[in-house]
Amino acid sequence: MLTLTDIRKSYDTSEGSVTVLDGVSLSLAGKETMALTGESGSGKSTLLHLAAGLDAPDAGQVTVAGQPMGRTDAERARMRRETVGLVFQQFNLIPSLDVGANLAFQARLAGRFDAAWQTELAEALGLSDLLHRYPEQLSGGQQQRVAIGRALAARPALILADEPTGNLDEATGDQVMALMLRLVAETGAALLMVTHSPRLAGMLDRHAHLRAGRLA
Amino acid sequence: MNALLSHWRRHPVQALMLVLGLALATALWTGVQAINAEARASYDRAASTLAQDRLPRLVAPRITLADYVALRRAGWQVSPVIEGDWNGLRLVGIEPLTMPSEGGGSPDFLTDGVILSSEALDDPRVRAADLPPGLALTDIGVAAGIFGQDISYLVLVSGAAPPGYSVIRPTGADLSQLTESFHLNLTAFGWLAFGVGLFIVHSAVGLAFEQRRAMFRTLRALGVSARRLASMLLAELLIFALVAGAAGVGLGWLIAAALLPDVAATLRGLYGADVGGTLNLRAEWWLVGLAIAVLGTLVAAGQSIWRLWRMPPLAPAQPRAWARESARAMRMQALAGMGLWLASAALLLVPGLWAGFAVLGALLLGGALILPFALAVVTRRLGGGVVASWFWADTRQQLPGLSLALMALLLALAANIGVGTMVGSFRTTFTAWLDQRLAADLYVEAADAETAARLLDWLGDRATVLPMIQTEDTLDGRPVEVVGMVDAPLFRRAWPLLQAATGAWDRLAAGDVFVNEQMGLSPGDETEMGTVAGVYADYGNPMPQVILSMDRHRAAYPLPLLRYALITDLPAADIREAFPTVAVQNQAAIREASVQVFERTFAVTGALNVLTLGVAALAIFASLLTLSSLRLPQLAPVWAAGMTRGRLAGLEFLRTLALAALVWALALPMGLALAWVLLAVVNVEAFGWRLPMRLFPGEWLRLGGLSLLAAALAAALPVRRLARVRPAELLKVFAHER
Repeated sequence: MLTLTDIRKSYDTSEGSVTVLDGVSLSLAGKETMALTGESGSGKSTLLHLAAGLDAPDAGQVTVAGQPMGRTDAERARMRRETVGLVFQQFNLIPSLDVGANLAFQARLAGRFDAAWQTELAEALGLSDLLHRYPEQLSGGQQQRVAIGRALAARPALILADEPTGNLDEATGDQVMALMLRLVAETGAALLMVTHSPRLAGMLDRHAHLRAGRLA
Repeated sequence: MNALLSHWRRHPVQALMLVLGLALATALWTGVQAINAEARASYDRAASTLAQDRLPRLVAPRITLADYVALRRAGWQVSPVIEGDWNGLRLVGIEPLTMPSEGGGSPDFLTDGVILSSEALDDPRVRAADLPPGLALTDIGVAAGIFGQDISYLVLVSGAAPPGYSVIRPTGADLSQLTESFHLNLTAFGWLAFGVGLFIVHSAVGLAFEQRRAMFRTLRALGVSARRLASMLLAELLIFALVAGAAGVGLGWLIAAALLPDVAATLRGLYGADVGGTLNLRAEWWLVGLAIAVLGTLVAAGQSIWRLWRMPPLAPAQPRAWARESARAMRMQALAGMGLWLASAALLLVPGLWAGFAVLGALLLGGALILPFALAVVTRRLGGGVVASWFWADTRQQLPGLSLALMALLLALAANIGVGTMVGSFRTTFTAWLDQRLAADLYVEAADAETAARLLDWLGDRATVLPMIQTEDTLDGRPVEVVGMVDAPLFRRAWPLLQAATGAWDRLAAGDVFVNEQMGLSPGDETEMGTVAGVYADYGNPMPQVILSMDRHRAAYPLPLLRYALITDLPAADIREAFPTVAVQNQAAIREASVQVFERTFAVTGALNVLTLGVAALAIFASLLTLSSLRLPQLAPVWAAGMTRGRLAGLEFLRTLALAALVWALALPMGLALAWVLLAVVNVEAFGWRLPMRLFPGEWLRLGGLSLLAAALAAALPVRRLARVRPAELLKVFAHER
């Protein structure tokens, strides 16, 4: 479902060019879940962003659901809305839209909105009574549940999650994590999740560790 | 202080906007004040040196030196004046010993052969003096040497008028009174532009406050007292105010210098007031300009300073209410706006020019306060697909941050529509009235009664002549022009009667009167001169006027001046040949001159209109630029969900245009209400006439296009910045809370 081949990425800083990823390759099959761990600055988030098409690698190839990631902004945006669901640590909901519109946003944008599936998702995530609330009126756990619902609403082939429970307390984090894993399994999507927690990493099928831009 | 100022070093564009907003606001205000001060100084000089213009004059077909000597010997308190046109100046020769001091009598004139003038002339007799432009003063002996021995008129110093002379009484209304409404109009514009500029200042200061909230909190935590922090913020603002104020006053001087020639021409054309076309530097308006800049800054920044004063040391560090003002606050604001509109309606019942301007002020401010709520309501009804729904929801969310700039745009657009409608209505009515009133081909005007009498005799045998004679008198205690008019088919056909009693022209011939609109009377009203049979339009005349039949006029006023002789069938050259001193004008020339005066009158308001719109565009630019850095966290999730940066930037651009279009649509009814108040209330109070309101949809569309262009220009840079934002910048949004 996701194939990364010899990915290289560096950034220009005031102190010169810094290599963040140095020839990383990995692949993830459908329905497979993988935890990506590593020190701060090891390149975890960058790898996730490249997999999502939020940024382009300097070299290497990203393939999602059998399609190579496009070169242009427009091509990558299309791939993103059609094949990828994103869950961030900071939830990053759209503040001007209520819960219902946030849930449906990406699915509608991709032309894949399914009202029955949206209702099912909202019920499963415990959001049915909150559909007309705005993000600022929700708790952190509720916001992250909306973010998970939004990521799954278009039934994407790949879910990419960046520290999805990093901003939540342990109990809420565990609930959110369990929900996400259940729903990902139900949709048949693959999951690549960045985490610092060995405990959470242990919940997933596979585990990869990044060190100084390379897979250890 | 260094910590505070470092913010501006890191945000130079914001600092520039603050200075520019304040400088422009101050410039437009001081520019108008400079024009007014210059004009008023001219009136004061005219009043102090030309008081003979305010004393009663005695006129006769011919007044010789012997007549004057005889009158003095008989004990009549009169003083002779010989005046005429000399080198393009009005040269007034007075007799210093008999002219009272208020009439310009001064020992200076005893100096042999000296001519005092405001303008340097290549003549050894001329000495510079502080006189109104276009005027020269000298001893009567010098004037007699230039114009001949005949006395132009006698000034009645005191007592009754001797027999055999017509008395022309001064109008009683001095220039400053006549022109007050014009200056009041300019002043109102100056304040409007100043208010619009303050929106920019308020916006820039408010944003800077929110951006520095974390720093304020840190400083408070480190032991800096709220008082000290507020004092430092105040000191910082005073520095800005003084810098921007000085720049604004300088800019204001340039604006005033550019506009003054038009204003001078207007005042000359409308009121015969001579105002120099050049601007003097006056210390008082430099100081007042700086003071108003400081005052404006304090008003615009008051809310921020107050919030800083009351901020607890552990206040949240996140930018908050500024960009997310609650719907409740918007509703309260709208309620206050509705209250102002009600007050505006109530003020319509109060007479007076100031009440008229208060109506305008309440109408504009009320509209500005209602705007954010109205926009929220309108955008709530718009929607459609997923992108459109997000677009309008996001637009609603931007309203608190943009509302001040949008209010500035609303005020500028409403003022443009209002004033444009007024000027357009005025132009249409005025030109139609001119065509109606200038029914004859040729107009002849004589400067004195004697020439007028000779001219009429001469014309009588040669052409169809419709004379109009004029004198000045008082009616029901008011100074009025009294015009004598013959009953002719041309007048019956073309005279612009607004209201008329049945058989009005026959009644005029029988002894009733016509009055101009400025008299404020209606057909059937009684006056000392007779019953009012008709009311006519008399645009551009600051004086009330009464028309009597020619016979009645001749009986009541033996020596009137010839205002116009309307001639339909005689070549102008023949008259010019016979009477070289008489003014002969054809209809087209008078019409063109009148239209020119009209256009110049409104050239100034037009220029101020455009400048105000420019300031509003700058306010939008300032808001968009400063908001753009706060926009990334709101846009990044949409980008992550699969929308390209280019499309996002395009939507941002479209949003600005959509808001400008919505503001324009809301400004339309407000501008028309403004026009109605200007035409039906302010004009009536200021000039005494009411104009029919006409609509100019083409102009509205042009203005709509202009506001879209202004919005597009204002949005171009922030949108370009967004379109080119690097993914790394957007990714930072997901990496940490902003």
